Amino acid sequence: MSAVTTADAPIVPQLRQNLTTARLPKWAPAGVAVLSVALGCAIGAGAGLASHIQWGLIAGLLFLAISYGLSAWVEGRRQAKDRFATSLVWVAFVIAVVPLISLTVYTVQQGAGVVDGNFLSHSMRNVIQSGPGGGIYHALIGTLEQVGLATAMAAPVGLMTAVYLVEYGRGRLAKVVTFFVDVMTGIPSIVAGLFVLSVWNILLGFAFSGFSGSLALAILMMPVVVRSTEEMLKLVPNELREASYALGVPKWKTILRIVLPTAIGGITTGVMLAVARIAGETAPVLMLVFGADAINTDPFNGPQQSLPLFIWQQYASVNNSFGYARAWGAALVLIAFVMGLNLIARGIARWRSPKAGH
Amino acid sequence: MKLQRNGRTKALAIGAMALVSSLSLAACGSDNNPAPTPSGSSAGSASAAIACGKGGQLLASGSTAQGNAIDVWKAAYGSACSSTTITYGGGGSGAGVQQFNQGKVAFAGSDSALKPTEVDASKAVCKTGQGIDLPMVAGLVSVVFNVDGVKNLVLDGPTIAKIFDSKITTWNDPAIAALNPGVTLPSAPIQAIHRSDDSGTTQNFTTYLSKAGGGNWTHAPSKTWAGTGGQSASLSAGVSAQIKQVKNSIGYVELSYAQINNLTSASIATGATKPVDATAANAATTFANAKIVGTGSDLSLSLDYATKAEGAYPIVLVTYEIVCDKGNNPATLDTLKSFLTYTISDAGQQAIGDKGYVPLPKELASKVQAVIPTLA
Amino acid sequence: MTSSPPAESEGRVRRSRSDSRRGDSIFFNLSRGSGILLLVIMAAIAGFLAYRSWLAISKDQANFLTTFEWTPDAAKPVFGIAVLAFGTVVSAVIAMAIAVPVAIGIALFISHYAPRRIAQPFAYLVDLLAAVPSIVYGLWGALFLVPHMAGLTAWMDQYLGWTFVFKQTQLGVTPRNLFTVGVLLAIMILPIITAVTREVFRQVPRAHEEAALALGATRWEMIRTAVLPFGRPGIISASMLGLGRALGETIAVATVLSTSSVLSLHVLDLGGGTFAQNIALKFGEAMPFGRDALMASGLVLFVITLLVNGAARLIIARRKEYSGANA
Repeated sequence: MSAVTTADAPIVPQLRQNLTTARLPKWAPAGVAVLSVALGCAIGAGAGLASHIQWGLIAGLLFLAISYGLSAWVEGRRQAKDRFATSLVWVAFVIAVVPLISLTVYTVQQGAGVVDGNFLSHSMRNVIQSGPGGGIYHALIGTLEQVGLATAMAAPVGLMTAVYLVEYGRGRLAKVVTFFVDVMTGIPSIVAGLFVLSVWNILLGFAFSGFSGSLALAILMMPVVVRSTEEMLKLVPNELREASYALGVPKWKTILRIVLPTAIGGITTGVMLAVARIAGETAPVLMLVFGADAINTDPFNGPQQSLPLFIWQQYASVNNSFGYARAWGAALVLIAFVMGLNLIARGIARWRSPKAGH
Repeated sequence: MKLQRNGRTKALAIGAMALVSSLSLAACGSDNNPAPTPSGSSAGSASAAIACGKGGQLLASGSTAQGNAIDVWKAAYGSACSSTTITYGGGGSGAGVQQFNQGKVAFAGSDSALKPTEVDASKAVCKTGQGIDLPMVAGLVSVVFNVDGVKNLVLDGPTIAKIFDSKITTWNDPAIAALNPGVTLPSAPIQAIHRSDDSGTTQNFTTYLSKAGGGNWTHAPSKTWAGTGGQSASLSAGVSAQIKQVKNSIGYVELSYAQINNLTSASIATGATKPVDATAANAATTFANAKIVGTGSDLSLSLDYATKAEGAYPIVLVTYEIVCDKGNNPATLDTLKSFLTYTISDAGQQAIGDKGYVPLPKELASKVQAVIPTLA
Repeated sequence: MTSSPPAESEGRVRRSRSDSRRGDSIFFNLSRGSGILLLVIMAAIAGFLAYRSWLAISKDQANFLTTFEWTPDAAKPVFGIAVLAFGTVVSAVIAMAIAVPVAIGIALFISHYAPRRIAQPFAYLVDLLAAVPSIVYGLWGALFLVPHMAGLTAWMDQYLGWTFVFKQTQLGVTPRNLFTVGVLLAIMILPIITAVTREVFRQVPRAHEEAALALGATRWEMIRTAVLPFGRPGIISASMLGLGRALGETIAVATVLSTSSVLSLHVLDLGGGTFAQNIALKFGEAMPFGRDALMASGLVLFVITLLVNGAARLIIARRKEYSGANA
């Protein structure tokens, strides 16, 4: 036994040298990261740079340069490029994390102290805004109803339009629809509000209500839904469709049972992005739902409130510590609300999705 | 895979439960807030002064400058009259007047009197009558500054005009020093901050500059800022935030914003024996001297921005409530009259006095009080 | 731009059953109906804008395209979009230049680099950014980002000032300029671009990736040869969605930017403006004619969006061979 081992021993290192090139140890990226952050801070502090954004930028650039240089020296150019790309992706991750954390922490810090049972369950009726008290129940109800109505209008229309464009669309009509969807992605929200105001409220004479607000929100939502759904449907491989046709399944069933479920994850993401966008809209709501102080659960009659509008009013016109507190509290609730919706929608999408993903 | 899916289902269940529980928590929502307890001495009489109308929805919109005043009134009136819901959409005077002329609101708040074309347009809505201006909320614009080590600052019309038109660019300029003997002014550049949005406050401020600026303000007074250079910020809230943030800055905001944000206001040398401080009492003196230029029930005011009277603060603004003299919407007329009767009453005017507004002088208030019962 | 299965297979399925033909025609008409409904709404808005713009522009006393001032309600209405168009385009370009590469990086991080345990929660977190209302971005921008940008802009002025574009000519001002607005917009549109791009990257056929790796490609070479070409149309579409928001953002820009009617090529100097910001700030006090003028500026924004989208569509069409439906 011992003889065998001693005989094998000299061969192994030879093989290793022949088959693999030199690699950086596993901890190298982490080490380089720590080093460059330390250097970045040192340079920043040494040069007396006031802004921490500069410190971060220096550290990021150092990280990229050092990991490329080190890898090129030890592992060769191809590996160095790979390392460089990996480092870039990590730096992008950090760049995204910093404002994300900063924004979230800022909002939670300012808002967490305000949100309590009373805040969530009371309206602002009879509350002097420049003083303490009151809550956002009326705004929460308003946002729920307006966003719900807008989604109920925009999501099916947007989804079916995307199906039309991808599955059926050829010829002039499809081109024209695509053209207008493109233009509408850039519609400033206030213009959508004005359009509804001029047509729905002035020309047709309907009163201000939550519903007129949701009409404007639906207009803003549609192009986002169409554009993202279209992209996801295009990614469904044609083999799936052809396999389904080969089995004699009619086209409409193929779309409903094969194409849409395959793309459901992406479609959900698209719809949720659109919901997130309209849930935070202030300008069209300001003109159309009017910003009531009291609870109004009927979106078709009378003025309502909405969370973004509430935040705007508390910041712009109240402008004192009580107003700011309520504004941040409402912002926190709004973000949590959209996030909760997002999670649930994603959960359902995953659950219903036929694919295991990878 | 299976494990993960279980995890997801669990997460889903937790999420759904969280949503359901938060909804059920909120389902017991209530309009029932404790009645406000205003800090003024007039608090007790506030509810006594309110005679409720028929109730229902009363919609109004317009000037944001009077937003906080309406808010105080709304709270008091809403507590006394639980069947009435007043909603004030503060979208700006221009938007308010247009909504009024489209028949969408019972009254509009505006920081300038109706123009002749707007009066004509109002006849379509008022049918038997026309739109009139009722002065309701008076206020003042204070010139606020943030200069290290300077607590009191005196400025006059020409100097302010030059500062905001970038003709005076440093704080230790001889023109400023001459008005402030004994004050050490830094040699730093002046950061003059104006409104980036169109606003009645800018209009009143620039009207003052052109009337009292001794020819140093050559731009026509308008809601859009026309001066040269400087920085801008949106809304009074934005200007206040910038004044706080930026050293060596100067700007103009309504008194209520200066008070809320603890900003220091400059005194104005008007030609009276001593500089006038930016206080409600001093502004009231200016309003007492204001002339009514409206005809009939219209009570639009002409303000003397170049006033040299003792203790009269010159940079003032007034917002009007615009209603039909005849032909108001019969469904809301009763509530409208009841609400406006309260707002122009002594109790109503006192209630906004400690929120940075100026209670209207008795003589002027009584004229408005006389008009309101005649509305039809 | 769109792809559909070969026509003959469609026809064969239709012939095979008579009730499926009814189902097909109902479904087809439903989806075409949605398309037409959307078209009608959009066309109505476009027509509405064009009409109101025409009312305004026909009375403009100055050249609408080259004038800097915006005073439509003055006795002699003078208004033009030069400053607004410049500010909108510049801030959007800065935003896109920052956001698109970073978003691709994040999307790759989530789909290909990060350990699964980090990737999932991080993906949710990025989506959370999309849920933040723009007024909160505005407040955060004004109170937090602007003070932190001061050092950076001074630095850029010092080292990049020779480029003219990054020269700062004003003294002692806070950096409430187009560059900061661009950075803020980049943060705002990051989640939109990331979310769509990420979904696209996830759909890359596993076989393509494994083939690349089996040929000895490093991870980066695999991404360059298999993932990015496949995802390119999706990335462009996602960027267009992000651009739409950047061009149309109102309140965040209005809260951060110090506006003026001066067109300055120095992006670190205060001043300038954007279409949406101008509409929001002037709308409340605008007279009916002023509103029409603001509508006209909205129309120009439409045209710009249209041009950019058209260009993007052209690029996607040229890269059609990579579209998944044809793979």
